[in-house]
Amino acid sequence: MRDALRVLLLPKLFTARARMRSKERGRGARTAVLAVIGGVFWMFAFGVLHRLLAYFRGVPEIGPLLAGKLLGLILIAFFSILLLSNIITALSSYFLARDLDLLASAPVDWLALYSAKLLETCVNSSWMVVLMAVPILTAYGTVYDGGGAFIGLAILTFLPFLIIPAALGSAATLVLVNAFPARRTRDILSIIAVIAAAGIVVLFRLVRPEKLARPEGFRSLVDFIAVLRTPTSPLLPSEWVGRSVMGWLTGSLDLLPIYLLWSTAAASVVLGALLHRWLYARGFTKAQESSQQWAREGWMGRAGRLVLSPLGSARRELVLKEVRIFFRDTTQWSQLILLAVLVVVYVFNIKFLPLTGEGITFFIVNLVPFLNLALAGFVLASVAARFIFPGVSLEGRTWWLLRASPLPIRELLWSKFWVGMVPLLVLALAIVGVTNSLLRVSTFMFVVSVFTITLMTFALAGLAIGFGTMFPRFETENAAQIPTSFGGLLYMMSAVGVIGAVIVLEARPVYSYLSAISFRGGEPPPTAELVLGFGLAAAVCLTATFWPIRIAVRRLEALER
Amino acid sequence: MIQLRSLTKRYGSFTAVNGVDLDVPRGELFGFLGPNGAGKTTTLRMIAGILRPSSGTVSIAGFDLTSDPVAAKQRLGFIPDRPFIYEKLTGTEFLRFVAGLYGQSGAETERRGRELLALFDLEEWQDELVESYSHGMRQKLIISSAFVHKPEVMVVDEPMVGLDPKAARTLKDLFREYTRRGNTIMMSTHTLEVAQSMCDRIGIIQRGVIRACGTMDDLRASAEAGVSGLEEIFLRLTGEGLARELVEVLDA
Repeated sequence: MRDALRVLLLPKLFTARARMRSKERGRGARTAVLAVIGGVFWMFAFGVLHRLLAYFRGVPEIGPLLAGKLLGLILIAFFSILLLSNIITALSSYFLARDLDLLASAPVDWLALYSAKLLETCVNSSWMVVLMAVPILTAYGTVYDGGGAFIGLAILTFLPFLIIPAALGSAATLVLVNAFPARRTRDILSIIAVIAAAGIVVLFRLVRPEKLARPEGFRSLVDFIAVLRTPTSPLLPSEWVGRSVMGWLTGSLDLLPIYLLWSTAAASVVLGALLHRWLYARGFTKAQESSQQWAREGWMGRAGRLVLSPLGSARRELVLKEVRIFFRDTTQWSQLILLAVLVVVYVFNIKFLPLTGEGITFFIVNLVPFLNLALAGFVLASVAARFIFPGVSLEGRTWWLLRASPLPIRELLWSKFWVGMVPLLVLALAIVGVTNSLLRVSTFMFVVSVFTITLMTFALAGLAIGFGTMFPRFETENAAQIPTSFGGLLYMMSAVGVIGAVIVLEARPVYSYLSAISFRGGEPPPTAELVLGFGLAAAVCLTATFWPIRIAVRRLEALER
Repeated sequence: MIQLRSLTKRYGSFTAVNGVDLDVPRGELFGFLGPNGAGKTTTLRMIAGILRPSSGTVSIAGFDLTSDPVAAKQRLGFIPDRPFIYEKLTGTEFLRFVAGLYGQSGAETERRGRELLALFDLEEWQDELVESYSHGMRQKLIISSAFVHKPEVMVVDEPMVGLDPKAARTLKDLFREYTRRGNTIMMSTHTLEVAQSMCDRIGIIQRGVIRACGTMDDLRASAEAGVSGLEEIFLRLTGEGLARELVEVLDA
């Protein structure tokens, strides 16, 4: 069994080693940039938490309770993420991976297969949570003087905390695949995952956690402490980790939570293995079935072809192809649910901004929508990263068809640009329109907002196409993973750069105009300054639209696959 | 119709195709043979415009592929060896999409698409998403799509892989009729019986260089005396031993 497990794990280790040793061009620079960004993120998370915990530590009685409550909230979020991520990853590793045909036909022991795939699922689903946990636990350990042994305790409690959701998630997937075909299960899971994530966001927002920061909202201090003392959920592994960590740090270590963690992890793995032995063969056979899906052209398809006919047959068919594939791929359209939730939360936040009352001047009321543009730009950049950036990567397996056809690369990229840009612009104008109405902005600010967000949308879509082409991920089948690549990171950085540049360039003329209107009554608005500021902002946006696509065209023309 | 001049493709220090010169005239079915890794697919992908040659030229129907790629590709159909296509389109939608890439649409194209699907027994599946197609059905769909825009030149990489006997027979008949009408096919295959029975001329490539090229009679003359079948000619010309290590391998 141990030999079999070793044989099953070796290819994964060799693949990881080959990836690390790969002499791909620019790999060193890429690793360095990622290391710097990762380091900055770690330092930031550590710094913020350290400050907060140091403050808590100074508050007698309530301080440790607050720190424990915060840790409990973080751990429960981690546990939910781990459980969802393991369910989804288990579907790939146990039922859809390419090595399964080989393994299923080889005389591999069922327990070795279960263990190898469990380890693979656990590692693939947990690494990001572990990376996020490091600065958090370091901050706790440093502020509360946990000492060197705290590292050992953190590992001792975190290991079973990762194993439990992996075993539970794999078991849940096994049951689901036995109930539905694997491909249908993937669809169901992606929708469940997105709805769950959306639910968490909405719930978190509706609870308005900022209220917890104001103890004066509670009837008495006793009520407040009672709320803090109550365990969030005594039966959840996250609670056990929280109790162990805080117990160690406050000098009252209780071994029961550690015992519960390890015994539950062992029991989950054993029960998971038994379930695997009972259901896996049947589930794997079922996973080979594909759901039959028919699609006949209805009136919408005919109308679409009619409307797009002025584009010519090549562009029209490219646009129709993009739209069809998007709406037939559950992993793609289901993300729209999350997007809708994010937009609602964004508008909700704007609606509750305290913009009336004492000290709120005409100037501030007009400044907020201007800053709102930067935030809306960031939301749009994230949307473009998710929906426009992966466009070229998704053509990887069918690249032969496009390359062998007489379609010029320029047309392909511009078709992708328009298909992504038009819905993005509709979204941009809707966000800005609604938030501007909620903020009751002046006509001048309304015009500035619409002008700026339109240009920004062009730039963000152009950058997404450009960076998506310069850093393609042709082998990734899941579109949701593509924006998390190095290229995706660079795209977001450049998008933020462009948004920042536009805001900075427009800030001065907008300030001068608003000052002229609100403070200096009859003084004429500074026309030259307005033209220069807005002209430069437009030039930045147009450069960010055309330049990346030009580079992308050259890159794609030279691409050989 | 296909003209290759000093066609070369290098990957770093490795030369996959080394100075290939070849002319395939109108109406000919040209077979392109060679051992695995000899440079067949690389050559065909350069002719299809997917790979750029390191040096040399490709000309399709008189149009240079580098200086006038759109005109050259407009006259070309390509059938790859691996049937990767859009999983979320139906068969009909895929054919319509490919026709659109070549600037074709309308009732005539639709009729032609339906006929091609019927020819390969895909009518029943035409409105089903490609993700539920088998390997052979995908191959048949790609073959249909390569013919939908009526190309003058067809470049085919391993066409018989995954096809059922009926579809293989249909494809052979289609290729014969297609070349009889004055069109040109360049086809790579490992099925030597297919090459011997169908091709007007055969080229054998090894280590990126064309070792022999001509009709079956020409090839027989190039090989040593006493060989008659294409398999023997192929093995002689490429120097591949057959039974050499067979017993040793089985005994090992």
